[in-house]
Amino acid sequence: METVDLATTPLRDLNAALQAQTRETNRTAWEVLNPRGVHAIAVGLDAPIQVTVRGSTGYYCGGMNKQAEITVTGSAGPGVAENMMSGTVVIEGDASQYAGATGQGGLLVIKGNAASRCGISMKGIDIVVFGNIGPMSAFMAQAGRLVVLGDAGEALGDSLYEARLYVRGSVKSLGADCVEKEMRPEHLAELSDLLSRAGADARPEDFRRYGSARTLYNFKPDNAGAYG
Amino acid sequence: MTTPPRFSATFTPDVNAEIRRAADTGLYDIRGGGAKRRVPHFDDLLFLGASISRYPLEGYRERCGTDVTLGTRHAKTPIQLDIPITIAGMSFGSLSAQAKEALGRGASAMGTSTTTGDGGMTDEERAHSTKLVYQLLPSRYGMNPDDLRRADAIEIVVGQGAKPGGGGMLLGQKITDRVAEMRTLPKGIDQRSACRHPDWTGPDDMEIKILELREITGWEKPIYVKVGGARPYYDTALAAKAGADVVVLDGMQGGTAATQDVFIEHVGLPTLACIRPAVQALQDLGLHREVQLVVSGGIRTGADVAKALALGADAVSIGTAALVALGDNDPRWEEEYRKLGTTAGAYDDWHEGRDPAGITTQDPDLAARLDPVAAGRRLKNYLSVLTLEAQTIARACGKSHVLNLEPEDLCALTVEAAAMAGVPLAGTDWVPGKR
Repeated sequence: METVDLATTPLRDLNAALQAQTRETNRTAWEVLNPRGVHAIAVGLDAPIQVTVRGSTGYYCGGMNKQAEITVTGSAGPGVAENMMSGTVVIEGDASQYAGATGQGGLLVIKGNAASRCGISMKGIDIVVFGNIGPMSAFMAQAGRLVVLGDAGEALGDSLYEARLYVRGSVKSLGADCVEKEMRPEHLAELSDLLSRAGADARPEDFRRYGSARTLYNFKPDNAGAYG
Repeated sequence: MTTPPRFSATFTPDVNAEIRRAADTGLYDIRGGGAKRRVPHFDDLLFLGASISRYPLEGYRERCGTDVTLGTRHAKTPIQLDIPITIAGMSFGSLSAQAKEALGRGASAMGTSTTTGDGGMTDEERAHSTKLVYQLLPSRYGMNPDDLRRADAIEIVVGQGAKPGGGGMLLGQKITDRVAEMRTLPKGIDQRSACRHPDWTGPDDMEIKILELREITGWEKPIYVKVGGARPYYDTALAAKAGADVVVLDGMQGGTAATQDVFIEHVGLPTLACIRPAVQALQDLGLHREVQLVVSGGIRTGADVAKALALGADAVSIGTAALVALGDNDPRWEEEYRKLGTTAGAYDDWHEGRDPAGITTQDPDLAARLDPVAAGRRLKNYLSVLTLEAQTIARACGKSHVLNLEPEDLCALTVEAAAMAGVPLAGTDWVPGKR
């Protein structure tokens, strides 16, 4: 286990050490102490390593991650795992705004709640939130899956493209062009897989699925009101 | 006795035609390009040239440097440009692959940079651009850390001159399989790009975003922040405070692939009005020349380049002019422009993807009309002329480098231009707004 204490080590040194790891590295287990809300911890990684951050992080922890498995034992600030390409990011606590924003791949697990705009513009990432998510989540979400075991805030999936949303609790309101859709066997299967991979104790049958009505895909004057 | 027909100065034929078009379709007019209305511009400035009190340099004998380095503030590897003229961000998607290649060829031949656009980086443009700036836009289409690292600089796009405060739009007819794949969206649908970044809001957040990008790229790459001309003093100051190496300031004549005409013509400031406030902001922060300023929007000639530099910019950027150099709106395609209901020089329906010149299109047959090698050579020639013209003026003003041009070399032909540029009205010592 490689241990880096951010109380005594500059952020640049930590990220440079993590980014220097390759697919063949044998330094696969890393522990980061005293994160104290520092921004941009463990960003731009590209190796199959495990990084455990013991505490809470600032903005953009795990940003643009590839391959790595990053765990934050506390809570994460805004934009955690933004634009993630692959790998896994697990937040044991809560996540602030824009969790998983524009993520293109990989799995983001938030064991607490996520604030507003969770999964905004997501492009293929999978996000599983054990608690609730805030308003305007999955705004303009293009691809990937967002699973919420709790409740969703206002305007879920506004201007949604092809991302699939699964919510077990209540949805305060749906955004423009987001509708409830039939839960078919293939959806139950993919949801079961996502819940299993996230380590979530929940039954797929208890969820509802939401997706795009695709009425706003090409501009029409009669839809002008829907654009606000 | 009847009175002769009298037309309204308010309800002109153009205005009435637009009212009828709106009534017919229920749609606002979307088009490409920048503001077409007359606004105070570089044409309203003149250089004074050397005289008894100034000493000129010999035109073809004495050296006049044109090189500029961008990103000297924080980046470990700044960009060295041979000329102070760069190619502005234009996406693959809005432009054909051939056009992107031609831009790369022409710019590289002159030792300057090109810029990606809203849609990600293609291998072709990377291969043909020796210096490539990679844009980080609100849509984040195609954004990935590998391309961040293979770029020579990163440009965070907050806004652009054609539409400060607006997002992007690429209409479905230009969304081919490849464009769709790069943007992770279904083929044939309208692609809307958000007007705000998805993971930050104000300048304090942007500072953290810049930190993240630097951490991902090992503090190697210059980081630009591009803003549309709106509040140039504060936008420049805030971008610099947030840690930008370079501020790119785009006035309302700057083009776009597609936006509402009402937006293009009625939002934002003329380029001329943007430069002095931005320079003042950098000077007030003690960062002028340490944070480089790149100005764009309506740059057409070497005189425009020289005037922008004299007002305090470190470089300029061209988009529309580069497309014209490649062959956009060329009269050789007049017959086809007519079929589209327009004429060479006025064609601006770039969003429709039917460009006869093969530049703003994804139609393979149209795109094949543009020979990227020949078009790249045309752009090289044009960039060369811009540079020679700027050098001609700089030498006449006694400057051994184009960056030595200064406001004292200029006067203005109109009160408006004098006020915006902060230089005296021609023949006077009066700078409007200054005692």
